[in-house]
Amino acid sequence: MSLLEVNQMSMFFGGLAALSGVTFGVEKGEILALIGPNGAGKTTLFNCVNGFYKPTLGTVSFRGQKISGLEPHVVCRMGLARTFQVVKPLQRMSVLDNVIASAFLRTKTRAEAVDLATEILEFTGLLEDRDVISKGLPLGKRKRLEIARALATKPEMILLDESFAGLNPAELDVSIEIIRGIKAQGITIMIIEHHMKVIMSISDRIVVLNYGQKIAEGSPADIRANPLVVEAYLGGEA
Amino acid sequence: MNKKYIPFILIGALLVLPQLGLSSYVLHILILALMWATAGMAWNLLGGYCGQVSFGHAAFFGMGAYCAGLLAHHYDITPWLGFLVSVPVVAALALVMGFIVLRLRGPYFVLATLAIGELLRIIAENLVDLTQGNLGVLIRRTWVDKDPYYYVILALALGTYFLIQRIMASRWGYYFVAIREDQDAAESLGINTTLYKTIALAISAVITGFTGAFYMNYMGYIDPQIVFSLGDISIVMIMVVMVGGVATPLGPWVGAVIMVILAEWIRSLPVIGTGYQTLFGILLIVIIIFLPNGLVGDLPKIKRFFKKEVPA
Amino acid sequence: MWVQAEVFLQTLVSGLLLGGLYALIGIGMTLILGVMKIINLTHGQLMMVAMYLAFWLFTLFGIDPYLSLLIVPPLMFAFGMGIQKFLVNPVLRVESILPHNQVILTVGIGMVLQNLATLFFTSDYRSIPVGYASTVWYLTDLWRDSPVELSFSLPWVVSFMLAVVITLMLWFFLAKTDTGKSIRATAQDRDAAMLMGVHVGWMRVITFGLGSALVAAAGCLFIPIYYLFPALGSQFTLIAFVITILGGLGSTIGAILGGLLLGVFESMTATYVGMGWAPAGRFVVFVAALVFLPGGVASLLKRRKLGK
Repeated sequence: MSLLEVNQMSMFFGGLAALSGVTFGVEKGEILALIGPNGAGKTTLFNCVNGFYKPTLGTVSFRGQKISGLEPHVVCRMGLARTFQVVKPLQRMSVLDNVIASAFLRTKTRAEAVDLATEILEFTGLLEDRDVISKGLPLGKRKRLEIARALATKPEMILLDESFAGLNPAELDVSIEIIRGIKAQGITIMIIEHHMKVIMSISDRIVVLNYGQKIAEGSPADIRANPLVVEAYLGGEA
Repeated sequence: MNKKYIPFILIGALLVLPQLGLSSYVLHILILALMWATAGMAWNLLGGYCGQVSFGHAAFFGMGAYCAGLLAHHYDITPWLGFLVSVPVVAALALVMGFIVLRLRGPYFVLATLAIGELLRIIAENLVDLTQGNLGVLIRRTWVDKDPYYYVILALALGTYFLIQRIMASRWGYYFVAIREDQDAAESLGINTTLYKTIALAISAVITGFTGAFYMNYMGYIDPQIVFSLGDISIVMIMVVMVGGVATPLGPWVGAVIMVILAEWIRSLPVIGTGYQTLFGILLIVIIIFLPNGLVGDLPKIKRFFKKEVPA
Repeated sequence: MWVQAEVFLQTLVSGLLLGGLYALIGIGMTLILGVMKIINLTHGQLMMVAMYLAFWLFTLFGIDPYLSLLIVPPLMFAFGMGIQKFLVNPVLRVESILPHNQVILTVGIGMVLQNLATLFFTSDYRSIPVGYASTVWYLTDLWRDSPVELSFSLPWVVSFMLAVVITLMLWFFLAKTDTGKSIRATAQDRDAAMLMGVHVGWMRVITFGLGSALVAAAGCLFIPIYYLFPALGSQFTLIAFVITILGGLGSTIGAILGGLLLGVFESMTATYVGMGWAPAGRFVVFVAALVFLPGGVASLLKRRKLGK
């Protein structure tokens, strides 16, 4: 049994299928990348998994329990955290307070929450920015703050939505290191990403979506060789 | 002087104030200011910190007032017991409201609060057997002297202040602000947004109910038009917070002092007096456009403004 | 039996006639909500101002309220544009903690309008003594063998018909003209509309003007059949938002249906429960809509479409 199982999931918006019959599993401890052209339904899939949307058809299971249809906060409490493509920092709170707010999920006292948050800020390289009001943070660091906040909920699995988009090369290296560090802690990762070099180097397996359907699944090498994928997605770039 | 002592000095000053031989009128103003500061802090917890703007806090204010008044009127029980009785009554109202509208996103909460204030006024006007309708409720006040009332409301105000400070430093406080800043993010961080919004509403409502119960005790007379008033209660509560400072601990105190003095002053003016609602409305508009975070919240902005002026 | 049917039908007819006017109020509110994403809590007060305009036009110059439809709505259009341009737009630019600053602003405007009306015109109830106010048509005049007798008050019917005409004109404007299409585009997706070259700021100004003109028209239609007093403003603001919730936020069709529904419901409450309970009935509708149909009537329509 996979840690996360997406089973025959479809999502319609007013008759338009954003996802249709998508099935795949994420194994414990792996990094699974979700790729596909713009509008392929990747973020919709995340929203269905973490509970923002209730899939029209099909189910999502986490640790063998059905989670589709549960509210996002319940899903998060079960150990499945996420980040947002369009970052959503708690604007008028400091970086530290942002992370404390999510650290409270697994801690009892404020002191414990502060400790956990500080630890995670150190891990994500944001410690020196802890007193900055998050509205004023540059994009690269805001993306990392998203990750830090998700980590502070002590997840078993984390969904990363384009955590690398818009980063400069130096920031990219930092973020890749962070992702590797998360994996080393035994946290399972599902990641949406457009940056092909990054995807090919960090992911264990890749699922490709196109027009809401899964068109391929396999190791990075398989995907690179898959003619369907090349046609749908890599064609122009590779 | 050490900054740590300032709060104690302020509290000490508030404690000895009535002993300075102030006139009964000045004491009355102080009592009203403390009452509005308390109500403002209650509104601020929900509106300023948790981001849920209420246009209907008169509902809770009026409920508290009627809890105190009706006990005394029907059963001849001390109206002070109204404080105790108002807790379950007001909390129940808040929970029902929370259950209905706080699970919805969008302007529903704003509208529901506006409606609930009006609805309760209509009910209070029509349930004549219970409330005496527009005749109102008249009770005998406990004390002739104003001093005891001053100390009661001072205790309530200080209690509220420290309670809210405690809450804001705790898990609940972090969750309230997280909800205000971004509900989706809060929800995805494991925060049950509906639950915590309802908690904020319930605490805010109960404290507001206390101020209503105090009003009944202090004024000795209420009617539906007074205590369920949109313009004189709900909006004034918003103005106290907006003028003083949204989401600041001291904002409601500053706002309450300004609003009470302003109201007394305007109403005492001959012709303009009846137009105090117009002037309040204009003040509200000016504040929203120029100082949306209030005098305390926009203090840096105000300082900058004057600095620019002075050297030139 | 026939008597009961007669009472029921008569109530239904009055409800629908009232609902037609409600719909006009609701459409104005929902348009503003759709484009601006804010609830205009001074909507009823704008109608009250329009009614006083119509009242004085009649009293001073003897202009019939139906004729003032050509004068008052344009004036209120300009007034609404002014509110948006000089008050709401600046607030949109201001950074603040409270998410509902614009809504509080509209409340402030409403307070000022209502209080000024009280100062200038006192809180007396007024009405226009038009000659046709009590003219009534009977169903048996038109159809001699009708089994039930229904009465139609002339001004109610005329007001209703005019409301329908104005609604159709609005529909034409929104569906067929460039400005109308731009308004709808702005309501649907502000950013996309901006990218397509729509001047969003200008659309907001026009929309607030349009919403004000619509509610002003409703005011002109109400004045031959209703009393006028300053506090009427807040009462109709309440009605307007109940319609908006009932119809589904931002949906024009929903607002029309919501208006008709509320009209019929109020009329039924007045007949079968008691006159004084009609305002309370409004809240029952409001709460019921929130609990059972948060998306309003519009969500029902959408669901039907999906089923096809």
